[in-house]
Amino acid sequence: MRFLFKTDYEDDIRLFPHSGYVYSYGLLLAVLVIAPYVLSSYLMSQLVFVCIYATVGVGLMILTGFTGQASLGHAAFLAIGAYTAAYLQQFNVPFPVYFLAAGLLTGVVGALVGFPALRLQGIYLVIATISFAFIVEEIMARWESVTNGNEGMRVKTMQLLGTTVSRDGPTFYYLCLAVLVLTIVGTLNLLRSPTGRAFVAIRDSETAARSMGINVALYKVKSFAISAAITGFAGVLFAHKLSFISPEMFTLQLSIEFIIVILIGGTFSLHGAVLGAIFLVMIDPFLTYLKDDMPGVIAGAAATLGAGTERAGHIQDAVAAFASANGLKGAIYGVIIVVFVLFEPLGLYGRWLKIKLFFQLFPLYKRATFKRQKIYVKSERNR
Amino acid sequence: MSYFRAENLSLHFGGLKAVDAVSFAVEKGEILSIIGPNGAGKSSIFNLISRIYPPTSGKIFFEDQDITQEPAYDIAKLGIARTFQNIELFENATVLSNLLVGRHRHSTTQLWQELLFLPSVRAGEKAHRRRVEQVIEFLDLEPYRDKLISGLPYGVRKVIELARALCSEPKLILLDEPSSGLNVEETDDMSFWIRDMKSELGITVLMVEHDMTLVNRVSDRVIALNYGRVLAMGSPSEVQHHPDVVAAYLGA
Repeated sequence: MRFLFKTDYEDDIRLFPHSGYVYSYGLLLAVLVIAPYVLSSYLMSQLVFVCIYATVGVGLMILTGFTGQASLGHAAFLAIGAYTAAYLQQFNVPFPVYFLAAGLLTGVVGALVGFPALRLQGIYLVIATISFAFIVEEIMARWESVTNGNEGMRVKTMQLLGTTVSRDGPTFYYLCLAVLVLTIVGTLNLLRSPTGRAFVAIRDSETAARSMGINVALYKVKSFAISAAITGFAGVLFAHKLSFISPEMFTLQLSIEFIIVILIGGTFSLHGAVLGAIFLVMIDPFLTYLKDDMPGVIAGAAATLGAGTERAGHIQDAVAAFASANGLKGAIYGVIIVVFVLFEPLGLYGRWLKIKLFFQLFPLYKRATFKRQKIYVKSERNR
Repeated sequence: MSYFRAENLSLHFGGLKAVDAVSFAVEKGEILSIIGPNGAGKSSIFNLISRIYPPTSGKIFFEDQDITQEPAYDIAKLGIARTFQNIELFENATVLSNLLVGRHRHSTTQLWQELLFLPSVRAGEKAHRRRVEQVIEFLDLEPYRDKLISGLPYGVRKVIELARALCSEPKLILLDEPSSGLNVEETDDMSFWIRDMKSELGITVLMVEHDMTLVNRVSDRVIALNYGRVLAMGSPSEVQHHPDVVAAYLGA
């Protein structure tokens, strides 16, 4: 086990506490950089989605994980970013300009949502953000002169510095990766400075934050704006990746997927946003497998066990019908959330920390190390 | 003019008069304790001063400035820090970041500078850290720097809350029952710290307290409250022997 011997205040500030971090993250970055030359195009496409979802996850993490303000409206912020890009593209605005404009506009909208949200807490805030998402969805469908209504909008291939950036090429992947890395670095910077600490203070006790001189309303609005802006940037990339956007892509389900990203990954950590994104994007191939191969596999197994051809056929049909049932995806998401909230509230990252500690302490790890304690509920709190 | 002054301060919840036309003054550099039975309105006065509740009527002055209408977050910027009766720490953060939040009123950096973590932000962070370290040394908190609050015992949390208030370098500190939940030894430490705050750091202390030993040891003056009204004001022994105070505690 490693003991850090701190000799300078700098030791508490730096992003990489010791050389081990530099090596492991350097290695990870190297792997990600050579990935396009190794992985299949399908996996590359998944990896791009991981980057985009992780960027949104980081944005949502700032708001929900660090400031404690739940939001089920992030699909709407993503939509605003995507539509801004698609709309400005029509006037031959260059990519860097509409990329920044989309982030800025989404940030402003986020701040505007933040103002009415100041008076709301917990479940009421969730309802308010859902309503916001529905309003945005409706606007996208009705404001036909700008959004082309339900027919959706085509997003042209990206032109960057005079070259065409195909949505399947490595350059686009590097761009998404760069946006993700910059977002994470910016967020880490924020978290080690007064603003980030103010966010965490608001999450844990608004009263105490206020009495320490933190303008709670201002910081909540800031948090909304930053979170929305990051999601807006991700929206531009999302639009380019899909090359076509329509209102039905930005539904409540997408917002729930973002919540899953941070919940499964682990609230309170940026690692969680990335792990959650990997989990969510990789669950799709699993669902496809469920739909395409699972019925055959089960029927084959049944036939081998002596069920007879006809009955095996029935079983295959039944399983296929189940696997392609409407809402199966939502149901699976629901089950996953419930399982994680019950058994691993700190998410995948929490699990990873436990595994890491197990090896660090190797023969000394005890089962009770992470036993959850009963915490007394505070009886008298000033809200 | 006195340093801090409350004039006819009242807080009514419907017909209930939690604080009823209370007037008192705190002189610069003194330790003033407020005592009284449960529900006498002691903590309510603190909540009025730190603007968690708006007063029904009355005015509050600090350094000859009317602060009755200031927003809650500006109170700390004026140099008034407080602790809470039921510890309000940031549970899921380390001791160090809790204390650094106390430095918030001294931070000058802008959001965009922080996103890039410019040298000015880094310098500011180090300066804050240095001040926090002084408070850690003052209150003997060295073993706990990197610990999460949620894993610390009550007595330590109580001290950390005091430390967080001190990190904001207040001129006036409001202590809401600093010794509640502490054992005899910890209460002893607390009384030394309170006196040191006055003599070494020059902080004026306004304190709500039930432990009369602590009150007698540290207070310059005492105010006794009951049913939101001032019963007696004066030196600790005067107040304790005041017939109204005896009646309020023991029943007449």
